[in-house]
Amino acid sequence: MTQDEGMFGVNGSGDTSGFGGLVRTGASSGSSERPYGSYFDEIADDLERAYPEFNDAIEAVVVQNGELTLHVKREKLEAVARILRDNPKLQFEMCLGVSGVHYPDQVERELHAVYPLLSMSRNRRVRLEVSVPDSDPHIPSLVEVWAGNNWHERETFDMFGIIFDGHAGLTRILMPDDWAGHPQRKDYPLGGIPVEFHGATVPAPSERRSYR
Amino acid sequence: MSFDTSFDPYASSRETTEGRVYSVTGGDWDELSTEIGATKEERVVVNMGPQHPSTHGVLRLILELEGETVTEARCGIGYLHTGIEKNTEYRTWTQGVTYVTRMDYLAPIFNETAYCMSVEKLLGITDQIPERAQVIRVMMMELNRISSHMVCFGTGGLELGALTPIFFAFRDRETVLDIFEEVSGLRMNMAYIRPGGVAQDVPADAVSRIREACRDMRKSFKDNETLLVGNSIWMKRTKDIGYLDLAGCMTLGVTGPILRAAGMPWDLRKSQPYSGYENYNFDVITTDTSDAYGRFLVRLGELEQSLRIIEQCCDFLDKLNGAPVMVADKKIAWPAQLSVSADGMGNSLSHIREIMGESMEALIHHFKIVTEGFRVPAGQAYAAVESPRGETGVHTVSDGGTRPYRVHFREPSFNNLQSTAAMCEGGMIADVISAVASIDPVMGGVDR
Repeated sequence: MTQDEGMFGVNGSGDTSGFGGLVRTGASSGSSERPYGSYFDEIADDLERAYPEFNDAIEAVVVQNGELTLHVKREKLEAVARILRDNPKLQFEMCLGVSGVHYPDQVERELHAVYPLLSMSRNRRVRLEVSVPDSDPHIPSLVEVWAGNNWHERETFDMFGIIFDGHAGLTRILMPDDWAGHPQRKDYPLGGIPVEFHGATVPAPSERRSYR
Repeated sequence: MSFDTSFDPYASSRETTEGRVYSVTGGDWDELSTEIGATKEERVVVNMGPQHPSTHGVLRLILELEGETVTEARCGIGYLHTGIEKNTEYRTWTQGVTYVTRMDYLAPIFNETAYCMSVEKLLGITDQIPERAQVIRVMMMELNRISSHMVCFGTGGLELGALTPIFFAFRDRETVLDIFEEVSGLRMNMAYIRPGGVAQDVPADAVSRIREACRDMRKSFKDNETLLVGNSIWMKRTKDIGYLDLAGCMTLGVTGPILRAAGMPWDLRKSQPYSGYENYNFDVITTDTSDAYGRFLVRLGELEQSLRIIEQCCDFLDKLNGAPVMVADKKIAWPAQLSVSADGMGNSLSHIREIMGESMEALIHHFKIVTEGFRVPAGQAYAAVESPRGETGVHTVSDGGTRPYRVHFREPSFNNLQSTAAMCEGGMIADVISAVASIDPVMGGVDR
């Protein structure tokens, strides 16, 4: 994911306590292997049956921490979302919003949008993830599929600058309308000022040493 | 980004693409009405809030009116945006609790628990959380549900002109906050739930006092119940007001009492149990009226269910007396044995004696884990709890470091507030207050 740097902390073992033994696992790259376990195989099978373009649209199927993530190409996002909602075997009636994540080190896929879906009928969850380059931050809007995504997409636009094509009123929602920049991006500084305390100067949080 | 300086929001009138627009912010109404009287078409846009006492904090409602009928309702939010999600990226995983507890400030324990559950998922220690810690979490959450619903009744009543409920509600809320203070040292924003367990055990005599409080509250809840249930004025203000049916809830992603008042028995505590909720006996309360009165009844019913769960928690706590409340892994567990004293929560004297006088290694360990924190394996996780307002979901991303890479809260208040337009448009302006009060948004959670 990101490169470790800085003076402090142990590289490699990830041990912060001095006793040793905690093994650090890297972020998984690429798809998980079948069987995925739990109900995840059923979801993948049902989606594959209902959606012939499955192999083209789904870039990766990742199972991690007991959760299923489908990495979807942005061109196919709306089609996949509609099938997940409408197919009687899938029935993901509810989308719990959009969460943006900014990975400046992932070249050509810097901005990610993450959609947690919930099926109340089947008591299941699945996560959709879409990644787009910073230079072309366009993702089709899912407001037509789940109306409740309206504010969530506005928030993700506000915070990350991801443009949701087809959104009827994609304006800022939390920051003032005339604000410059998108605060949750990693290249947007936290800000803050150094504080003097008992004669010592404490730097702003983002300027303090980081244990990486 | 440039700003159009020719636009003056405080000018009395200006030309727009939609015709002449008059701004009224007080002043001489006679002068204005003679001027406006000349125009044929008139639409009135009223800004209610962000400092209006009936809008639940700093919510700004932008209402387009025709007489007293609302033709369009929109929400302006962001007045309480404090960048909590961004701030957590510059603190350790444990310090993050102190931030997220301040989001939905009426339901701090739920924010903390959801956040800690997602961190524990990333660490892969969900199964290792001690049973006693889980029982304490459940007990604190249910107490918090009572105190949060109490604010809903109190302020909701106040907004509709009922002045008595808030006295009853805040009296009972005070009982709960006193318990919080006794257990965590703080009445609000406790940062009591920590990754791996809870900050410290409940004091020895607290359990019997909580039992006593439950008995008292069961009696005192009746005050608001007899005052409001079936009360003709209260019914007139809430019955068939703020209507949102099941289909509307589904498409708008609305959860919590609003969904249950639409007849859907969806409660994460039952459907996707966490923290050991499968071990407790309680019912999911529903009504099928889809209106503000139904939501009131759902919340009222949930109070009794919360009391039932708390009493079962007390029994479990008696059984598990002396059991650990923090995960056994020393590389994650907070090293200090904290305790509550007169000035709040702090290090226990025995721990200070150990690190300052007896063990250099213990001091090093304490220093490292407090300043540097623990590392969390790279990846992402989503954890959700049933908060008083619906599904509070936390999406956490780690890059393998000692700080979160990204923390995103799926706040039920934020999501549910979207339904304002669906509930209010076509109704009377007075009913907007009733509908918003029945959504029970907390702006700290909406704006984060």
